[in-house]
Amino acid sequence: MYHNGSELLALAQEKHCPISEIVLENEAQVSGLPKSKIKENLLTHYHVMQASATKALSTELPTVGNLIKGDSKRVFDYAKKGNSLCGELINLLMARALSCLEVNASMGRVCAAPTAGSCGILPAVLMTMAERLNLSDEEIVHGMLTASGIGAVITRNATVAGAEGGCQAECGAAASMAAGAVVEVAGGTPEQVFHAAAIAIKNIMGLVCDPVAGLVESPCAKRNASQAVNAVICADLALAGVKSVIPFDEVVQAMYKVGHMLPYQLRETALGGVAVTETGLKIAEALHAKKS
Amino acid sequence: MEISIFDVLGPIMIGPSSSHTAGAAKLAYTARKIVGVPFHKVVFYLHGSFAKTYHGHGTDKALVAGALGLKQDSEQLSNSFELAKQEGLFYSFEETELEGRHENTVRMVFTADNGEIHEVTGSSIGGGRILIVNIDGCEVEISGDSPTLIVTQYDKRGVINDISSVLNTNNINIAVMKLTRQGKGDIATTIIETDDDIPAQVVKLISMLPHIISARAITLKEN
Repeated sequence: MYHNGSELLALAQEKHCPISEIVLENEAQVSGLPKSKIKENLLTHYHVMQASATKALSTELPTVGNLIKGDSKRVFDYAKKGNSLCGELINLLMARALSCLEVNASMGRVCAAPTAGSCGILPAVLMTMAERLNLSDEEIVHGMLTASGIGAVITRNATVAGAEGGCQAECGAAASMAAGAVVEVAGGTPEQVFHAAAIAIKNIMGLVCDPVAGLVESPCAKRNASQAVNAVICADLALAGVKSVIPFDEVVQAMYKVGHMLPYQLRETALGGVAVTETGLKIAEALHAKKS
Repeated sequence: MEISIFDVLGPIMIGPSSSHTAGAAKLAYTARKIVGVPFHKVVFYLHGSFAKTYHGHGTDKALVAGALGLKQDSEQLSNSFELAKQEGLFYSFEETELEGRHENTVRMVFTADNGEIHEVTGSSIGGGRILIVNIDGCEVEISGDSPTLIVTQYDKRGVINDISSVLNTNNINIAVMKLTRQGKGDIATTIIETDDDIPAQVVKLISMLPHIISARAITLKEN
């Protein structure tokens, strides 16, 4: 039994197995379901993620605020042209994360991971890394297990809700989960999994939640894109042997405390940040006029 | 770790918001099951954040979808106004103040085909989770996470004993049981959450017991 990252890591090291194995063992106990059924459910979730990360690459989807319509396709087409600055992989990551948010904002089907507002990060990272590393379904499931194990630890010891902790809690948790997952499926050690997961949260610490017009569109979609990239570079840092100076559990605690230091205007209420800029307010007003 | 990984990865839902869209669909879906009889009209009274943001988050479409029996992950959800028209379900939305209730609360008033009026109030409490807090004027707490039996009865001695022995003989274990009554000897409501599914046959047996007005079972959980 574990309650935090260091206990989860210690169990994996003691049993000489990956993080995913310990998480699966724990889930079997919590749910009472056989391991095969848990894996099957995870794969069902992955297929929903895949569909949402693909749909808007080729079709522009009308969203409520029409603030992000077509962005996913724009980035995808640009990535395919082959003359981007960051290369196809990074652009593909961003296009897929944007697709999930465009699907979400157009009332399409997504898998919250860990929330709807951060539902683009894990799908974009897992799908793109599955192609890059030629992963089997079984390996993808391992990634999903490690990601959700990290997410459960953050949920238990801090929060993944934007209303409580800001964007750093929602998209930070998602990036942390995705970073850890990639390290495991790329062959990193359990220790490296937590270094990547810790660095990812540090890279977003303090980020506020300030949705324009209260919609899950701007700046949420672009933050999903940038956090998908954050997850992958953190995985690379850890795989290269870079360690997080501050251990994972302490980083999670710090993120939680920072969240509570944020005034409520910066926690999903649309009362601060870019939501109350001149343009942000104009968009909100136009939307309200359309409604009535 | 007591938290299931499927509380982290999930729910699979229709966007954009787990509390304002998925939770709203689940609330109306649950209310439909609680009402239990065909209805042709529903009025949604929206409170707090539901009242302020219902349009932008598709809360309105999600509520109508749930009332039509669509689940939170149905891609038909955004099309619910159209479907309601086809099925002859009249709906409307009113902004209201429901004192002391959670920010995301809706009171749903159904007009049944048999002329009865039924009211269900519920809150969307985050991550797509819900809590039904009032049924036809009776304060309750139903999450829908476990199979739930809702019984209304006359407040008479022995009724609870009769209900629990029916459950016992059908191998259904009671997890939580809560009894509320409007006054001594008046109408009472019993909410029973169970570990095991409640088959229709068992609900029927309970509804035929002495002093029982109605018995309904709701099960939302899949797998």
